[in-house]
Amino acid sequence: MAIALEARSVVKQYQVGSGTVTAVDEVSFTLERGEFVALVGPSGSGKTTMLAMLAGLLQPTSGSIAIDGQELFGMKESARAEFRRRKIGFTFQANNLVPYLTALENVDLLLRLNGQYNAAGKRRAKELLILLGLEERLNVLPRQLSGGQQQRVAIARSLINQPALMLSDEPTASLDTERAYQVVETLASLVHEQGNAGVMVTHDLRMVDYADRIIQMVDGRLGQIVTPKDDLSCLSDPNAAACRMITAEELGYAEAGAA
Amino acid sequence: MFTAFHLAFKEIWRNRARFLLFGLVVALITLLILFIAALGEGLGSGNREYLQKLNGELIVYQDTARLSIAASLVGCDTRASVRSVEGVQDEGPIGFSSATVVVDGTPSLDVSLIGVAPGQPGEPPSIQGAGLARKSARETVIDRTVALLTGARVGDTVTIRTVQGGEDEFYTLQVVGISESRKYSIRPSIFVPIVAWDEIRAKARPGAGAEDPACNVVAVKLEDPSQIDVVRQRIQERVNGVEAVDRETAYENTPGYTAQQSTLNTQNGFALLIGVLVIGGFFQIQTLQKVPQIGMLKAIGTPNSVVALAVLIQIIVTTLVGVAIGGLSSFGLSLLMPPGIPIIFEPRSSATAILSILLMGPIGGLVSIRYSLRVEPLIALGLG
Repeated sequence: MAIALEARSVVKQYQVGSGTVTAVDEVSFTLERGEFVALVGPSGSGKTTMLAMLAGLLQPTSGSIAIDGQELFGMKESARAEFRRRKIGFTFQANNLVPYLTALENVDLLLRLNGQYNAAGKRRAKELLILLGLEERLNVLPRQLSGGQQQRVAIARSLINQPALMLSDEPTASLDTERAYQVVETLASLVHEQGNAGVMVTHDLRMVDYADRIIQMVDGRLGQIVTPKDDLSCLSDPNAAACRMITAEELGYAEAGAA
Repeated sequence: MFTAFHLAFKEIWRNRARFLLFGLVVALITLLILFIAALGEGLGSGNREYLQKLNGELIVYQDTARLSIAASLVGCDTRASVRSVEGVQDEGPIGFSSATVVVDGTPSLDVSLIGVAPGQPGEPPSIQGAGLARKSARETVIDRTVALLTGARVGDTVTIRTVQGGEDEFYTLQVVGISESRKYSIRPSIFVPIVAWDEIRAKARPGAGAEDPACNVVAVKLEDPSQIDVVRQRIQERVNGVEAVDRETAYENTPGYTAQQSTLNTQNGFALLIGVLVIGGFFQIQTLQKVPQIGMLKAIGTPNSVVALAVLIQIIVTTLVGVAIGGLSSFGLSLLMPPGIPIIFEPRSSATAILSILLMGPIGGLVSIRYSLRVEPLIALGLG
């Protein structure tokens, strides 16, 4: 499978007063196309900061991030914005949709921005929304949609351009458990079907069942990399018997490691 | 580009009540600015109209009067000297006073009583009837406003009241002609022959008019209007005790004219400033409310230019709608104005006011455009 995302020794530090706080510390991993990964960890573990860097919204202090083989921070800001809308799909915790555009128009927006608003694009937007069970809600404004429906519209929008990488920040945060499972299942199955790579940030360990891999972050560093079939107790208790240190091979780098 | 239009118009359409309400605020500001401009034009015109439309290029004052018409007194000898200056085609005496026209049995319409020499510079052309014929006759040319307010027509008589030696005196004048509006000192005007004027104008001591009465100023018509500066200089050099000025200088020196116009211009400036602040405030509040949404748009890769252009388009559309409503309302209201109210929607000053309002929208919105450009997309991830 082709590599969709490659993060190498990514560090993010902030200057706070006279000291330095390291939010992300030497994090490296790769993602292949068709792979859906859950990035988990407690609050303040650096997962959202990592997501912001993967999205090209936040410049790492050191290290590199490549998507589809293109170095994200080797391009200018304007080129990065264009790259983002062509190669990266997003769903956020909240404020996902433009409130004055209907569900269909929200999905169309990416097509318009990319100059691909044509009959084929419009058909694909409709198909995606129908696939996500929103055929009755195509021309409805976001305020008339439930939280789960809004998230599904956001998922459709994030996939409309068939991006190389799909990023989701706590997509289930405002949903009840049943809706949350539906959203994550949809997200994972679309990533698998369409051959995108997907990273979902979540602090809710119940949502990792549909992920191919679970990457844990602790205090800004990589913790465990496991699969849903593994004993997940170490994600909440680092001293559990099943817990193990990840190896350099697992990260895909002979020379790079993580604590 | 098209995406910016799409976003701007969808937001306006789906929030049309909010944008319409704000458009109405712009309309009210437009109405205010247009009415101040029209009032400025009306009052200015009411002060200067007669002098501005005078059929003579120069106005000659007594030099010690410092361009005050009321303080100036020019005698017959002086007029003869002015007439003899090379380049002067004709001259005419003008005397200014005031009177009250009797309407429906009551002296109720204050007018400027202006004495002129029949057929000479100073007498306005009649658009109905004839001009004045004899310099001592009890006849008058009334301006259109007087005709409208009194209902007088050519051939009718009008009665005016003036004060003679502390007593009210009433004079009956035959209307021989009606001129275009010729307001002076914010009052409509009636024109009478200069000798009759000298007789009926308000005086401390009543008496008959002199054969060749002194007047306040002399209107001078030139053989070649392009030589105005040369002839003006010549008059001042060759005629003792006079000061000659062009019409513009003359009306700018009428009492209170400059102060009045500066006051109205200041009011207009403040109204425009308020407009800039109101529009700026509205769009800034709206932008602040939309920060997470703008952050999200930028996070998914919307260029800054699209975000800024969408805001600019909304500002322009809202301002245009407001100006259109305000302009049409002003026009409608102007049709309902009674003729005596000094409101004139002069095309040039109205166009200037409208252009200023159209400019104030984008100027007022600059802050919100700048703010929207600076919104960090990280806000969408809760990192802003």
